[in-house]
Amino acid sequence: MTILALEHCDLLIVGAGPAGMAAAVAAAPSGASIVVIDDNPAPGGQIWRDGPGAALPPAARKWREALERHANIRVCSGTRVIAAPAHGELLLEDAVRGWRMQWKKLILCTGARELLLPFPGWTLPGVTGAGGLQALIKAGLPVEGERIVVAGSGPLLLAAAATARAAGAKVVRIAEQASLAAAAGFAVKLLRWPGKAVQALTLGDTRYRTSSRIVAVQGRGQVESVLLRQGGREVQIDCDRVACGFGLTPNTQLGQMLGCALAPADTGAPPLAVDALQRTSLPGVYAAGECTGFGGSERALAQGTIAGYAAVGNERAARQHEHERARWNAFAAQLHRSFALAPDIRQMPQPDTLVCRCEDVPFSALAGCSGWTDAKLHRRCGMGACQGRVCGDAAQFLFGWTPPSPRPPLSPARIATLAGLAVHGNDVDRQ
Amino acid sequence: MSGQTSLHIDGRLVRVKAGTSVAAALRVADSMGVARTSISGQPRAPFCGMGVCQECRVRVDGRRMLACQTVCAEGMQVETTA
Repeated sequence: MTILALEHCDLLIVGAGPAGMAAAVAAAPSGASIVVIDDNPAPGGQIWRDGPGAALPPAARKWREALERHANIRVCSGTRVIAAPAHGELLLEDAVRGWRMQWKKLILCTGARELLLPFPGWTLPGVTGAGGLQALIKAGLPVEGERIVVAGSGPLLLAAAATARAAGAKVVRIAEQASLAAAAGFAVKLLRWPGKAVQALTLGDTRYRTSSRIVAVQGRGQVESVLLRQGGREVQIDCDRVACGFGLTPNTQLGQMLGCALAPADTGAPPLAVDALQRTSLPGVYAAGECTGFGGSERALAQGTIAGYAAVGNERAARQHEHERARWNAFAAQLHRSFALAPDIRQMPQPDTLVCRCEDVPFSALAGCSGWTDAKLHRRCGMGACQGRVCGDAAQFLFGWTPPSPRPPLSPARIATLAGLAVHGNDVDRQ
Repeated sequence: MSGQTSLHIDGRLVRVKAGTSVAAALRVADSMGVARTSISGQPRAPFCGMGVCQECRVRVDGRRMLACQTVCAEGMQVETTA
């Protein structure tokens, strides 16, 4: 049986988005040995995703170059966390091998995922997440000449539309569920963050409609049209692709598996709880970026910088970035207020709409369940490959069910990786 | 990034820009970009685009991979999965 390699580092950072990059760069001058792992092919996270369809912004290049400049930072791309076999150790896997990584300090920069909600037709090929469409286009998805409808909530819809348009698609409608008053109010408040206001102006679009909801996506085998409710009336729009996103959910799975406490959340899924130095409730474990609540790349950079300094004992330098973090925390709070999801978004699924896309579990099968565990055990909801990351978030929004703390393996893993672990006699269990 | 990469998707030769993800290449190979079939037999294509939903899992050179997080390489053999 394979014996897994055991590696060591002083500081392990999980996630190479803005928070993870900033954390590594802040920590590097200490001379600590730093390893950054990330499941994507290149560092940058979702916002700075590289590819043949992407033009990396100067900020992204600057951070990437900074990572490369430090000889004590090692970036492992295409790498996932599978389990936490022992205290201060994670089991990792990439395309070719599994290995164990021991750390003295850990910074979780696991980001956020899109909240994807079920509606009739959401499983048809051609329906993607809004951020998902952006990611796919940056990775080379050809959309030239395609008619695309973007629907859901939040500024990400405008960003996704802009990416699609730049790639040659015709964005025929951007349907925002929030009211005109809420969206306009957000635009006015943006004057407090001038950089964001300029960004918003460049994303402005005449196809933007407020108080607009998806009723259904229609098509035989693939997307052919979308039915929207705009104010009081229904409109059908022919299109080739629908991109939908209803905000973001913090990726807290790894933190939860390790035993980090969650912060209370007014709405939606709770983020990881952190203190002023980005420390989680677990000694030696820090968290930064959207796993502590979503709020954009500037907030993630500020948090990452603080976490990086704090993790190597430079609290003085960390505290110098508190003002910057506060400024972007205020932006995040405004974003949450303006684009809060209307209660009637919960009415989108029909009885036969699949909620669990992995196990094909329809909404009607879940309506009588008492909670997440009941749905999982008796309806197989959340038992598939995504491990409830899509339907668990949807069920939390639709029914108010809280998914239990995740258990290893955190991602689908090869048998060889898991078997190699058994040789060491460790239980694959939480710390 | 410049140049092109050639790979096979379900035996069909596909040429894409270097650096393209397998998820994007699926769309080049097939009008719907289908990656797999659901347990009740429905076609499914890449959905989240960022390694969360697992809808884009395919076999790449015999290994199960997420198409959205795998970059096309010269001579790669990709099989969509039932």
